[in-house]
Amino acid sequence: MNPKNFNRLFFEPIQGATLSHSEAAEIFNKDEARTDWHDETLWFVREKRDKAVRQISEWEQLRTLGSDIKDHTLSNLDNYLTEFEKNAQANGIKIHWAIDAEEHNEIILRIIREQKVHQVVKSKSMLTEECHLNDFLSQRGVEVVDTDLGERIVQFRNEPPSHIVLPAIHLKKQDVSETFHEHLGTEKGNNDPQYLTEAARQHLREKFIKSQLAITGVNFAIASTGGFVVCTNEGNADMGAHAAKIHIACMGIEKIIPKAEHLGVFLRLLARSATGQPITTYSSHFHQPRAGQQMHIIIVDNGRTKQLGRPDFRSSLKCIRCAACFNTCPVYRRSGGHSYHTAVAGPIGSILNPNLDMKANADLPFASTLCGSCSNVCPVKIDIHVQLYKWRQELVSEGYTATGKKVAMKGMAFVLSHPSIYRIAGKMGRWMMRAFPFIMNNKSINPWYKQRDMPEAPKQSFRDWYKKNKQ
Amino acid sequence: MSSREKILGAISTNKPALIELPVIDIKSTSNLAADWVDQFIKILESIGGKVIQLSSIDLIKKEIQQAKIGGEYIVNTLPILGEVNTEINSTMEASLLETVDRAYIEGSLGVAENGSVWLYENQIKNRLLPFICQHLVICLSINKIVPNLHEAYKQIDVAKEGYGVFLAGPSKTADIEQSLVIGAHGARSLLVYLISE
Ligand code: SF4
Repeated sequence: MNPKNFNRLFFEPIQGATLSHSEAAEIFNKDEARTDWHDETLWFVREKRDKAVRQISEWEQLRTLGSDIKDHTLSNLDNYLTEFEKNAQANGIKIHWAIDAEEHNEIILRIIREQKVHQVVKSKSMLTEECHLNDFLSQRGVEVVDTDLGERIVQFRNEPPSHIVLPAIHLKKQDVSETFHEHLGTEKGNNDPQYLTEAARQHLREKFIKSQLAITGVNFAIASTGGFVVCTNEGNADMGAHAAKIHIACMGIEKIIPKAEHLGVFLRLLARSATGQPITTYSSHFHQPRAGQQMHIIIVDNGRTKQLGRPDFRSSLKCIRCAACFNTCPVYRRSGGHSYHTAVAGPIGSILNPNLDMKANADLPFASTLCGSCSNVCPVKIDIHVQLYKWRQELVSEGYTATGKKVAMKGMAFVLSHPSIYRIAGKMGRWMMRAFPFIMNNKSINPWYKQRDMPEAPKQSFRDWYKKNKQ
Repeated sequence: MSSREKILGAISTNKPALIELPVIDIKSTSNLAADWVDQFIKILESIGGKVIQLSSIDLIKKEIQQAKIGGEYIVNTLPILGEVNTEINSTMEASLLETVDRAYIEGSLGVAENGSVWLYENQIKNRLLPFICQHLVICLSINKIVPNLHEAYKQIDVAKEGYGVFLAGPSKTADIEQSLVIGAHGARSLLVYLISE
């Protein structure tokens, strides 16, 4: 069977209207130069991470501490959340609990309506992306202005962020220039990042000054003090929160850490893993509303307690959203964030999203070579590639893939047809047979041969390997 | 049942058996304060900040006077540097603060490993000030440099005031094609005076 028909035949019933990872990746790959650029740019970020990490002799000790502190916190999470709540309330912060995305969005809408607010600014929060807050509010007549530069760019373009740290990493400066020309009236054809950033600065300053309500995310919430930390490089979370008379901070239940001293470990890990910086420009510690201000925190579950109950996947809740696993992932780099059709893309997203909706996200755990590079860079030592492998088995046994084999094939179509990914990832021979023995037994459906101009060397080594292993 | 009860109930059902909390026992690699100062300067400059060591604050005083004569809106919050701008308080509006050209603020402590400076709310007078001013100047005693964040968290009390921040360099972004641009939303420049008076 032609692999293309094979794809068409089986992806649609599973994915419905949404393109699967491999289908979306195929489209992304049509622009080869751009795909190469995306790949190289993210690899450059990964290299900056390596350089920063090498300067810290105790790095591995920090990772172990980060991992162990998070393990401990998850094992006592209910008590830490109530401790946090009590202390935050004593600090004058109002606490709300949301079981799911809908309740989270409703709480924000209620505050907006009660306070008769019209101007809302938001700094980067992957949780609000996960809850589709912007769409929810705009359908109800409330305009939210995203203030992170990358997020503002994609918001103008009506696109979701493609990366949790670098939201507009899929775009070139020409794209940004066109978007700003259209929305901000910048000079046509002026692609200078300095000029474009200055235009956004002027535009967003006006929004900050006029805003009545600011929404931010939370990087860490401290149980023992009832405060929270927000990290940015641009200063947009602070500009918003300190200018508006109402501040709403949104956090998943897993953002809790026991004490302030634990920030020492996590802030050392976070920015180095994310961009290779020694720390983000601003690490802001909020404990009380300022005089005359209202401060709210929304604590959100949205599937996290369910994930906590899955022993194989619970450690995914340790994630501090640094995106190091994205930047190192050969599949992410060559398929782009939008191919993952979810708010959190990349390797960790492929573990978190099937928990939220197994059926819609059944393709994601297959968007990986299982090379293990993600697990190697993860600052809190999540065994990402092992969990991706476990999800594949789980999805089949849970019946979300009536014919598990076929789904795996479709999911793997992208990975298998891009040998360069293996070249980077390596280790092919060791995992391939174990993960997908059926592929090896049926050459006619092996999409390995799909790409026309496949590089010679990997093809050769694959054939050698295949010959040796087909028994 | 409220969402709060549902969430807490689900956690207590689903959480694993209690795992012990580890003790943070990171040793700093250098015990020489002089090295910490060197490292602080090197790192802060590598992330876009500027550092000047001074043995007398007279130069800063003069600089403020001259800038004021030149018509810039300079905000001084340190009594040792001369007249302080009493109009800056915690409830001052953003639209007024937006006109500040340069602000002088005292820092509590500097962190050698990452070039950041801790600022308490009472040092910045208004939470927006260090972000909304065009240029930020921090005065820090050279004796207040610690090797790393672990040491920093031992010395500060994050909950002592309503707000505090580790600030490391000028505001920046690389959101357009990973090109670094200084001056995103916050201050366009950061100058730290390390004072050994
Ligand atoms: S899984 Fe690990 S590497 Fe990936 S974003 Fe989370 S913390 Fe970072």
